[in-house]
Amino acid sequence: MAFAWTMTAASLAAPPDLTLAYVAGTASLAQWLVILPVALCLTLGAVLMMVRHTTRLHAPIAIAGLAALVVIDSLLLSNVMAGGPVTMMMGRWLPPFGIAFTADLTGVLFALAAAIVALAGAVYALGDIDARRRRYGFYPMLMVMMAGVSGAFLTGDIFNLYVWFEVLLISSFGLLVLGSEREQIDGALKYAVLNLIATTLFLIAVGYLYAIFGTLNMADIAGKANELRERAPLMTLSALFILAFAMKAAAFPVNFWLPASYHTPRIVVSALFAGLLTKVGVYALIRVMVMLLPVEREALSLVLAGVAIATMVLGALGALAQSDLRRLFGFVVISGIGYMIAGIAIGGIAGISATLFYGLHAIVLMTALYLVAGEAARLGGSFSMAGLSGLYGRAPGFAFLSLALFFAGCGLPPFSGFWPKFMLVKAAIDIGAWWLAGSALLAGFLLLIGFGRLFLLVYWRPLPEGPAGTVVPVAPATTASVGLSALLPLSALTALVAWFGLFPEQLLQLAQQAAYTLADPTAYVLSVFPSGAAP
Amino acid sequence: MEAIFSALVGIFFAAAIYLMLSRHIVRVLLGIAILGNGVNLLLFTAGRLSREVPPIIPAGSDTLSRLAANPLPQALILTAIVISFSFFAFLLVLSYRAYQALGTDDTDHMRVAEPVDQPLPPLGY
Repeated sequence: MAFAWTMTAASLAAPPDLTLAYVAGTASLAQWLVILPVALCLTLGAVLMMVRHTTRLHAPIAIAGLAALVVIDSLLLSNVMAGGPVTMMMGRWLPPFGIAFTADLTGVLFALAAAIVALAGAVYALGDIDARRRRYGFYPMLMVMMAGVSGAFLTGDIFNLYVWFEVLLISSFGLLVLGSEREQIDGALKYAVLNLIATTLFLIAVGYLYAIFGTLNMADIAGKANELRERAPLMTLSALFILAFAMKAAAFPVNFWLPASYHTPRIVVSALFAGLLTKVGVYALIRVMVMLLPVEREALSLVLAGVAIATMVLGALGALAQSDLRRLFGFVVISGIGYMIAGIAIGGIAGISATLFYGLHAIVLMTALYLVAGEAARLGGSFSMAGLSGLYGRAPGFAFLSLALFFAGCGLPPFSGFWPKFMLVKAAIDIGAWWLAGSALLAGFLLLIGFGRLFLLVYWRPLPEGPAGTVVPVAPATTASVGLSALLPLSALTALVAWFGLFPEQLLQLAQQAAYTLADPTAYVLSVFPSGAAP
Repeated sequence: MEAIFSALVGIFFAAAIYLMLSRHIVRVLLGIAILGNGVNLLLFTAGRLSREVPPIIPAGSDTLSRLAANPLPQALILTAIVISFSFFAFLLVLSYRAYQALGTDDTDHMRVAEPVDQPLPPLGY
């Protein structure tokens, strides 16, 4: 009724000037690319839900869709590299009133890494997710989760970021309880409660942010922060944001949901969670604290550094105490979060680019490590270090791949884990924070012990001997080799880890460029407000 | 009016945190429900509470009058209500299933995923 009335009133009066409310002209192809990752994943998620009972269609549709996602994100990356941040306004409403999707280098790099990892996961799932679990909806939920992850990386609106957090959270619940085993329900309950509290904290922070700034558009907030700093409680706001995102990222005092739940689902689900979810938290922390509230980040940098040290050292110590491979890798994830927060605490181009490089490396590496755990369990029949042995003799190629990933995990050259840790330690020493550099090296050393022992026990230890002193025969040929659906994603991810370890220049430059755009968001703001001035 | 509501939000948060500190999942869930409502009330209050001035931009101006309630937080609340409602429904089902599968709603006894006496990694070959 009200709508009809406005229509009549508008048609009676002079034609309204639409340029005051709408973005002029139609969106270009490059702008459509910004929204395409989310639209594609959501659509395919819905399509897969419609063919829910025809499980044989799931994998081809999902894999083709995720391959398309990789292509789209690569195109978007080349666009952003060539022409700077790209913005598309939802419904053509002028910023800051419409919801903006803004792709800058940071967001696109993370989105591309996430898409690659999801594609690898979808291929691995061919051998890991049986027909029953497919009917429960593994692939539809994977697509919806990727919509949430891509949306979080590409949105330019802080309330919209909250919505994408919830989208990826609800689909992660579904993935976590896939199969409804007792262990999974126990883990999922703790994961769900603590993550829900974290997103609610985020929502509180968004509420205060809107009360202070009167806008939710990130570019608008970045422009207004300076004039409001004198009279608004921005420090309180920053502390709230840090708590909420640290909880999402599993940083030290609020990390206990991760080791409680990440070892319970199917291995491919663990792999995707370890690669993607915590990094979304770190990304949000970078976006808000580095781009929107840089002065507050500087003021809170000692707090962040303390959190970072505790997270990386305690994560590494936790990894030393674990016998279950999946739980061990869960603590390695936590330790990696510590490194990323250390980069945020250091700040500057050096610190932030180290964090970005580490984040991209961790997305690929953590997924690959969990896939290694899955294959080790398939070959050796156990996830426990006590039960696994002799994998080197049984599958030397697989052992070689694993060793490369373990090297990357403890930050040894020539793999991609080395460079971000090197940048981080250098950045810490450059600003005189020798204690931070020392803790980073200490945590790396502890991880080295953990990974070294893992390789020693699981790969080199000979198979247990039978009662008559003879070696127990190797398992039948079907399980004695790594299947193609596992070998393909695993070797692709390892190849990425090795490539960016040997030739890091391009990624280094990209990370530095991305850090420049975050430190000086002029290009970002100009892409949202082309005229230069926010209303 | 806003002062009363702010105090109410504080009470909501206090009750929610008290409940969430409990060991029993049912109380934690009630705490989460109250926390969600507290946040919605917070957003609602932050957008000014007033019925006197309708949120219509007067002729010749391009912003709302300072006295009118801001309609945007109310739109945010709508989104947040839908999300928190669906999450709460999921959590209710999940904790009921957990009660069925684990036989307890005391988090101290929910140790299936993390057993108390986990074996340490072997110390040698």
